[in-house]
Amino acid sequence: MALVASCLLSLSFVLPAMAAGGPVCADGASPSPTMFAPRSIPAQKILDVSWFVWGICGLIFLVMAVLILWCIIKYRQDPDDDTEAPQVYGSNPIELAWTIIPTVIVFILFLVSARTIFEIDHTSPPPGSLEITVVGHQWWWEFDYPEQGFVTANELHVPLTRDGKSVPIYLTLESNDVIHSFWVPQLAGKTDVVPNRLNHLWLQPTMTGTYVGQCAEYCGTQHANMLITVVVHEEDDFHEWVTNQRMDAVDDAGVTEGRNLFLQTSCINCHRVRGTIANGTFAPDLTHLMSRSVIGAGVVANTPENLSTWVFDPQMIKPGCRMPSMKLSPEEVKEVVSYLLTLK
Amino acid sequence: MTTLQQPGHGNGSGYLRAPFLSRLHEWIATADHKKLGVMYVSTGLIFFLIGGLEATMMRWQLAVPGNTVLSPEDFNRLFTMHGTTMVFLVGMPILLGVANYFVPLQIGARDLAFPRLNAFGFWLFLFGGLLLYFSYFGAQGLYGMGSAPDVGWFAYAPLTERTYSRGHSTDYWILGLLVSSFGSIATGINLITTILTMRCRGMTLMKMPLLVWLMLIDAILIMIAMPPLAAAQVMLLFDRLMGAHFFDPQGGGSAVLWQNLFWFFGHPEVYILILPAFAYVSEIIPVFCRKVIFGYPLMVAATVSIGFISLGVWVHHMFALGLSPMVNTIFMGSTFLIAIPTGIKMFNWVGTMFGGKIRFATPMLFSTGFLAMFLIGGLTGVMLATVPFDWQVSDSYFVVGHFHYVLFGGLVFAIFAAIYYWFPKVTGRMLSESLGKCQFWLLFIGFNLTFGPMHVSGMLGMPRRIYTYHADRGWELWNMLSSIGVLIQIAGVLFFIWNVIRSLRSGRKAGADPWDAWTLEWSTTSPPPEYNFEEEPVVHSRRPLWDKKHPEDPDWKYE
Repeated sequence: MALVASCLLSLSFVLPAMAAGGPVCADGASPSPTMFAPRSIPAQKILDVSWFVWGICGLIFLVMAVLILWCIIKYRQDPDDDTEAPQVYGSNPIELAWTIIPTVIVFILFLVSARTIFEIDHTSPPPGSLEITVVGHQWWWEFDYPEQGFVTANELHVPLTRDGKSVPIYLTLESNDVIHSFWVPQLAGKTDVVPNRLNHLWLQPTMTGTYVGQCAEYCGTQHANMLITVVVHEEDDFHEWVTNQRMDAVDDAGVTEGRNLFLQTSCINCHRVRGTIANGTFAPDLTHLMSRSVIGAGVVANTPENLSTWVFDPQMIKPGCRMPSMKLSPEEVKEVVSYLLTLK
Repeated sequence: MTTLQQPGHGNGSGYLRAPFLSRLHEWIATADHKKLGVMYVSTGLIFFLIGGLEATMMRWQLAVPGNTVLSPEDFNRLFTMHGTTMVFLVGMPILLGVANYFVPLQIGARDLAFPRLNAFGFWLFLFGGLLLYFSYFGAQGLYGMGSAPDVGWFAYAPLTERTYSRGHSTDYWILGLLVSSFGSIATGINLITTILTMRCRGMTLMKMPLLVWLMLIDAILIMIAMPPLAAAQVMLLFDRLMGAHFFDPQGGGSAVLWQNLFWFFGHPEVYILILPAFAYVSEIIPVFCRKVIFGYPLMVAATVSIGFISLGVWVHHMFALGLSPMVNTIFMGSTFLIAIPTGIKMFNWVGTMFGGKIRFATPMLFSTGFLAMFLIGGLTGVMLATVPFDWQVSDSYFVVGHFHYVLFGGLVFAIFAAIYYWFPKVTGRMLSESLGKCQFWLLFIGFNLTFGPMHVSGMLGMPRRIYTYHADRGWELWNMLSSIGVLIQIAGVLFFIWNVIRSLRSGRKAGADPWDAWTLEWSTTSPPPEYNFEEEPVVHSRRPLWDKKHPEDPDWKYE
């Protein structure tokens, strides 16, 4: 029994360790939002201090586990022996030792972690940052680029560098309704997105790539599908993306019917398409819908088929989401989608 | 003496039992601490099965990515009800029930100080729980079939405001818990009064068994921590029913205020739940190691300091809320601080085992399991106290793994240890050792398989409370393992149910003192008579029965 116990004890220790070993080798394009593959300065700092904490806790675990196992194996009662064990009521020096040693350990942990807290937690933007406002909605993300003058949704695009130098990204987090939490583990720890409160989060990417994350505070029915994609670009690609985003929606003569249908239904109460009368702010900005790789805050890929299903009835894809079915006929769906497909 | 006309006196009087209605009346109208204790624990165990069923359905849904067994709404209700049930309708009643039964017995008293208040507390708890579950049928009223609350067990505002939570499910959540927490407060007051005023002759505070000490601190924490929750819930009720704006940001209220109030209750609550676990193993480990508890005064000091410090750590649930770095640092410090007395307790338990003659009967098996599991839960707790790491894994599956190691591996294992230890005292019959060992190993393996991998999925970025997830995130394996673990745990629980049923009918007769133990409850018959002791006991040490069994070497010489 003792042997089985020891196996199980070590198993419960080895499992986290395997996790630590496994995903480290993942490259920048890893779809897994693991904290073990940091691609940003704050995430790296967190991982560094975490290794330190894991090391200390692991050591304590080993010492205690060995002690417990030792007692289990060594001090098992001999079935024939019915005498009492020698009674030891306590020992001041020993008890003093196991009061002082843990105190010293947590003091060290405290100092090391406190330093990291103050390194990461910026209450004002670091010099030269790119400032972006993130607004949490049930159940999607709005990204507002005040410097560049446009609003987009669900996919955050940031540059790796500005003028050739690494650029801090300073997010201001706001909520439109309930509490959400912005969490992209490879870039930074999470910060809650609280109504009537401005929170801030510092990212500083160290590698281009696409990183995923999601809302980490339960926010209602579709909390699970409030996903985040962050794309870190080379400087030039970022400028290209910005230039495109700043343009108004294209006016493609080939899809006039679809556009009219879109503009005549209540789509425009919630959605905005810049350059048209669609001016809603309750739902994602669709001006450059087709520049995004996902729809429904990441619930499915942004393909024409998925888009058709979504426009027909979003509840089939994301049950409980705030967008109702517009009761369009299949023909009408086709036309609206063909219009949406031009919003590049 | 037992007579057949007084049916309450005897499980032993098998032939000629009183009619069913009389027996039912006896239980319903009782103010006897032992009957109430049994009712608390058995109701708690029934809710444990319900809460476990809810967890099973969630693990079924999460076994594979993109599963559609449950709708998002159903899943959200399940985790809300699972959390609420396990904390308020399983943990609380079982710990109050065990305290009800054994605090008076261990201090040589006839009953609790206020027996009727005690009965009142139980019925408040029961009806609070039933009110909460009635929401499954009644919450939506005319609008359709019922729906349970779906706001999470900590019910963060403003999701609980009328704007976002329509219907009455959240009102049921508030009222159900309000009612049952009033019961807990009443029982807390009762326990404090009993312990302070009704100890038998010779039992000074420093001669109380550790269980009594721990329940004293526990009851004080209940008295301090429950009222803020009740206040917050009343405020929320005002918001919802009368248009107040305490927690409604749109009306100038504060979402952060709810979190402060809730966690000012919520963190001491965690200690309210775990101190009784400490209490049970502090009683069981010495008896099965045949050694006195190591360092009793330090154990008491550690208990008291845990009680104090636990009132000043609540912000560690809010590290990701965007509070100032200074606030986060201060509460990180206080949280680290609580690891010290908790560590002392671990060391003292191991110190008690060291040099003992350990009998691995089922209670000891579960207590050892508790030590190992609580060790892991405690250490992941230290990790979570580290603010930067917490920014990554707060509200992720890592946290789910952590608190299940504390509350399942810790509290529930200790509860099973307590049940195996005291079942003979309560019923007069032993539980089967072989079934008990099967149960332990199945639960131990299943538990680790379920909750170990959760730490991993959390660090791989999986947030808690999601009803589904995408296949490409690297979480499939860990979730599948967790779900398989649940099946093994179910088998373990089935062994337990079978063991209880079988042993109640035909278990071996226990006698007064089957474990050769040392505290006062073992000096009276099993089950104890209504008056507990024929004459008021007089004690000279912390282990009165040790003194009696070893007159040549009594404890009081060394204390």
